[in-house]
Amino acid sequence: MTGQPKLNFPHPPARPDQTPNFSAIEIPAAGALDVPPLDLQSVDSRDYANGMIRVLDDEGTAVGPWAEYIADLDSDALLQGLRDMLRMRAVDKRLLNAQRQGKTSFYLQCTGEEAIGCGFQRQLSGGDMNFPTYRQQSLLIAADYPLRDLMGQVYSNGCDPLEGRQLPIMHSSRDYGFFSISGNLGTQYIQAVGWAMANALSETGEIAAGWIGDGATASNDFHAALLCASTYRPPVILNIVNNQWAISTYTGVATGGARTYAARARGYGIPALRVDGNDYLAVAAVSKWAVARTRAGHGPVAIEWFTYRVAAHSTSDDPSAYRAKDEAAAWPLGDPVARLKTHLIGRGAWSEERHVQAEAEILDEVTKVQKEVEAQGTFVNPQPTSPATIFKGVYAEMPAHLRRQRQEMGY
Amino acid sequence: MTMIEALRDAMDVKLAQDPKVLIFGEDVGYFGGVFRCTAGLQAKHGEERVFDTPINESAIVGMAVGMAAQGMRPCVEVQFADYVYPAFDQITQEAARLRYRSNETFTCPLVVRMPTGGGIFGGQTHSQSPEALFTHVAGLKVVIPSTPYDAKGLLIAAIEDPDPVIFLEPKRLYNGPFHGDHAGKSTGWSQHPAGEVPEGHYSIDIGTAEVRRAGTDVTVLAYGTMVYVAEAAAERAGVDAEIIDLRSLLPLDLDTIRASVETTGRCVVVHEATRTSGFGGELIAEVQEACFWHLKSPLQRVTGWDAPYPHATEWDYFPGPDRVARALTKAMED
Repeated sequence: MTGQPKLNFPHPPARPDQTPNFSAIEIPAAGALDVPPLDLQSVDSRDYANGMIRVLDDEGTAVGPWAEYIADLDSDALLQGLRDMLRMRAVDKRLLNAQRQGKTSFYLQCTGEEAIGCGFQRQLSGGDMNFPTYRQQSLLIAADYPLRDLMGQVYSNGCDPLEGRQLPIMHSSRDYGFFSISGNLGTQYIQAVGWAMANALSETGEIAAGWIGDGATASNDFHAALLCASTYRPPVILNIVNNQWAISTYTGVATGGARTYAARARGYGIPALRVDGNDYLAVAAVSKWAVARTRAGHGPVAIEWFTYRVAAHSTSDDPSAYRAKDEAAAWPLGDPVARLKTHLIGRGAWSEERHVQAEAEILDEVTKVQKEVEAQGTFVNPQPTSPATIFKGVYAEMPAHLRRQRQEMGY
Repeated sequence: MTMIEALRDAMDVKLAQDPKVLIFGEDVGYFGGVFRCTAGLQAKHGEERVFDTPINESAIVGMAVGMAAQGMRPCVEVQFADYVYPAFDQITQEAARLRYRSNETFTCPLVVRMPTGGGIFGGQTHSQSPEALFTHVAGLKVVIPSTPYDAKGLLIAAIEDPDPVIFLEPKRLYNGPFHGDHAGKSTGWSQHPAGEVPEGHYSIDIGTAEVRRAGTDVTVLAYGTMVYVAEAAAERAGVDAEIIDLRSLLPLDLDTIRASVETTGRCVVVHEATRTSGFGGELIAEVQEACFWHLKSPLQRVTGWDAPYPHATEWDYFPGPDRVARALTKAMED
């Protein structure tokens, strides 16, 4: 070293012309970490924030204390989880296809990340509220949100609960615990804290869950949320989905010199855990623990879900321009659907044949709803909502200037 | 009652009346705010209702958005309007649009209070008038009282409003009316009829202007501190001006404006904020569209200069009575 300051510019392990390389990622053995007490403090969460909670081992067997913690999650519940993920994947597949056919303006898949939303949602109760990003449609799927509503919004037709106000993937459903997505990154993390504070003040018994991607942890409101959650200790779970890529920007640009995103939450005095996000059992176990802890009044908790964004950022993105081909196949934590399938087969509750059959059935079911919804109009065959809706709901009561503008438009 | 006491009284009334009302912001809890607007409220209503926050305006408004969506009625303080910019994203893209983008399944009834305007030698970070940044945003309401009576009635209305309200408090008027003579003797609100503030609950409809001085020569559109400066200017110019205190910039009471300009045929628009793309431009456009055939002379506009708010030369920057008087005289030509 010459002593001359040099800037650091983080780079991903591989670019398009290189071989995928995840050798720098440390993958601890499944079952290595204990289940901490519900009132875990930040200072005592170091191993959970720097390590990784994993339940399924390489053979697909559930091992360790966290496996015992969810021993009551029987084969039926796990099969429901598998079906949730298969349904999520079928919806993504069909709607990506619809975008390619010009039937909708935009779509965004969550391929590879299905276990996180599906597993988390099944541990929530009615009245709990997620503040999702646009890649958490899996929360809606596992909440049994009607596909008709979900697809109606994607096509902005008469089935769209939002009457054409929002981009196709910016869902909103109060009844299904899914807060209106704005599309501004990070802004809703602090709103989840506010919502949870209201829950505590009104003694509703409900909790809130904030969601943010690894890239958006750089935003001001991520830090605002962690600080305010730490200060006021409301019933909120602060989820960080680390899928390694923020469009084309490698996660290292947002991590900086920190070891993990979970460790960053600890710096604010919030206990934090890091979890194998491609392991449905680990997701279910940690979600169950976090929900129980939060509802019991032990304050906020942060969870880094470690995963990989298999698909493009969106239909407007081409990842072959910035990351190695076949990187997803090289991802060391595998595929969440395949891993849960292997586990279920291992415990005698599932088979390859039944899996193939279930995939086909679910795809048929999704396609059937899709056809019904498409009959109500798509971008190819538009039957848009009335332009008069432009002026509806800007305010509770329409002020005079908006009424004049609506009249000027001819409605 | 001073404007500070009137604002405090409004919050006190609502805190007592509605358990969903919450007050928070920097220094507003134990201490009661740097301008003392919330003094005593925490002691009276408890720290679950009135509390201090970290110094992060985005956090203050962001929390309020989440709370409002979940049924609370947060009324938050941003210590100076000049500090609101970190919260701009939360106000303009979150609070303002939540009702619309969720098709009315989530709503955002919150109030963001902030002291605005100059006149206290506050320099460029304690003197700004950012109202036009908010009137440009669909989904917001923007209110600015000029008397203690209006301050209380409008703040109660803002807290009860189902939509987000930006509540601008002209800090030069906190302790008394200001007619633009900074070197002169100031009088407190106790000497002014609008310092009479009734006890208990009353509200003033957001979106209604008030004629402060009836007149026949020329209409003056003003708000906040400039209402009093306009009064002084009319006297100085010897013009029988009709001075309209807009009180609410969004929505705007176009009916009251139109009725006056149709009578006088002349109009001067006044504000403290910088000129270019200021709210005055909007007012002139509206008056021109609504009253063009009644106009007898070109519309006039008096504003702060298009420069950052200075410290030492504040009174050369501030659009004082002389400048307003010149505009009134000019409007009376032809």
